Amino acid sequence: MTVAPLTDLPLWPPTNLDRDPLVPLDAGERRRFAGPVTRVRLPTDATAWLVTRHADVKQMLRHPGFSADLTRPGFPLLRRLAPGAFGDRRGGFIRMDGAEHARLRRMLTAEFMIRNVRRIEPLIRQTVDRALDELHAAGPPADLVTHVALPVPSMVICHLLGVPYADHEFFQERSRTLIDRDAPPERVQRHVRELRDYLHRLVEAKVAAGERADDLLSRLARDRVETGELAVDELVGMAVLLLIAGHETTANMIGLSTLLLLRHPARYAALRDDAGHAEGLVDELLRYLSIVRTGLPRLATEDVEIGGRLIRAGEGAIAVLSLANRDRTAFDRPDEFDPYRAAQQHVAFGFGVHQCIGQPLARAELRIALVELARRFPRLRPAVTAGRLPTRDSSVVYGLDALPVTW
Amino acid sequence: MSGAVRVRVDRERCCGAGNCVVTAPEVFDQDDADGLVLLRRAEPPADAADRVRLAVELCPAGAITVAPRPVPERSSTP
Ligand code: SF4
Repeated sequence: MTVAPLTDLPLWPPTNLDRDPLVPLDAGERRRFAGPVTRVRLPTDATAWLVTRHADVKQMLRHPGFSADLTRPGFPLLRRLAPGAFGDRRGGFIRMDGAEHARLRRMLTAEFMIRNVRRIEPLIRQTVDRALDELHAAGPPADLVTHVALPVPSMVICHLLGVPYADHEFFQERSRTLIDRDAPPERVQRHVRELRDYLHRLVEAKVAAGERADDLLSRLARDRVETGELAVDELVGMAVLLLIAGHETTANMIGLSTLLLLRHPARYAALRDDAGHAEGLVDELLRYLSIVRTGLPRLATEDVEIGGRLIRAGEGAIAVLSLANRDRTAFDRPDEFDPYRAAQQHVAFGFGVHQCIGQPLARAELRIALVELARRFPRLRPAVTAGRLPTRDSSVVYGLDALPVTW
Repeated sequence: MSGAVRVRVDRERCCGAGNCVVTAPEVFDQDDADGLVLLRRAEPPADAADRVRLAVELCPAGAITVAPRPVPERSSTP
């Protein structure tokens, strides 16, 4: 077998800054990457297999022969990290496999189940209302990201976890560093430590307080730490994960979804009277925007055949959710935004045992935020017509840094 | 596709993402205690069969399986 020189392989993720924010990959990039399974070069100079078809992505992410543990040698990292950058990784279950992962995740499944999320919908609605008041007071024009997209999921996750929202600047900045591929490795390391220290103090206080508070971290402190099932350090790691996951993902979905809907004014207007359709719309937004654009990296721990290609133990593979969500064998006219299509089988939340545990919450936040926005601001439109909107190109979770709107 | 199905769930595999409950709420539920899947009806009505099959596809963990329901030996139903 001859091995192609590294430099001949296309670089993943691509770095085209001129792309429209609503287009995950332009036509040339599609041609380069959208093979069934292709080999790419990563920014670390390692190579990995890019898995892009809907069926292949599902098969790969569900297969127990792929590990999510990024500390394993050969794991396909998308950025250079300082040695030991993740420091104390205890509790960070999205990077664990098998029984270790299941043990921690299962302590949370009841918390995020659909019935419980329905119960907190009034809280989400209140939070959205307050944010929309702020938007109104600030403009027009005003920035939708600053006043709505970021504060809504941030306030909700703080409330659920029992983290004081007053500290939001502190953890929003750190949360952003951790998912920024361009952040210097030392900064990543420092911010992980600071976030862990902060949540450690908070969790210790909750453990000491015992009975009273009824938030997720207090409940876990009481029901799991006191019983010896969960170490304090593990609870801290879970808190870091939930806080970060609760921040950027939904925030970026609200921002991009608003931009997309404002380009489809009839659909935006219809949201006001057609809230019943909003659930389906949310799935189509998730599919079409696919904000985890660089995909989910895994390490093969055994030889596995995916899409007709043998991926050998020790090789890296990346499941490209955004391409799977635009696969024409899974969706008709996949590059069209069609708010009335049945898009539930998208993989925007990932697939397999790591599939986003917070998805019922994310869906509810997105639906309520968009419906209320359309109700309160029927004449909403972007306040800038020319020029590039500031996008998060180096973030693992793609989105807009600002969306100036007027009404 | 038609035909009645028999449904099985594997709580050991379930990761509690709840897609099944959204897709076929008359067939699946989530346990209040642990958020994991509960089967409400192992032999759902025939008109739920397509949604059950969709739930099989949407389940990220491969925790749901369906088999065709065997035709009862005596075809007379009370
Ligand atoms: S879809 Fe699968 S993993 Fe999710 S709750 Fe249902 S059975 Fe469990």
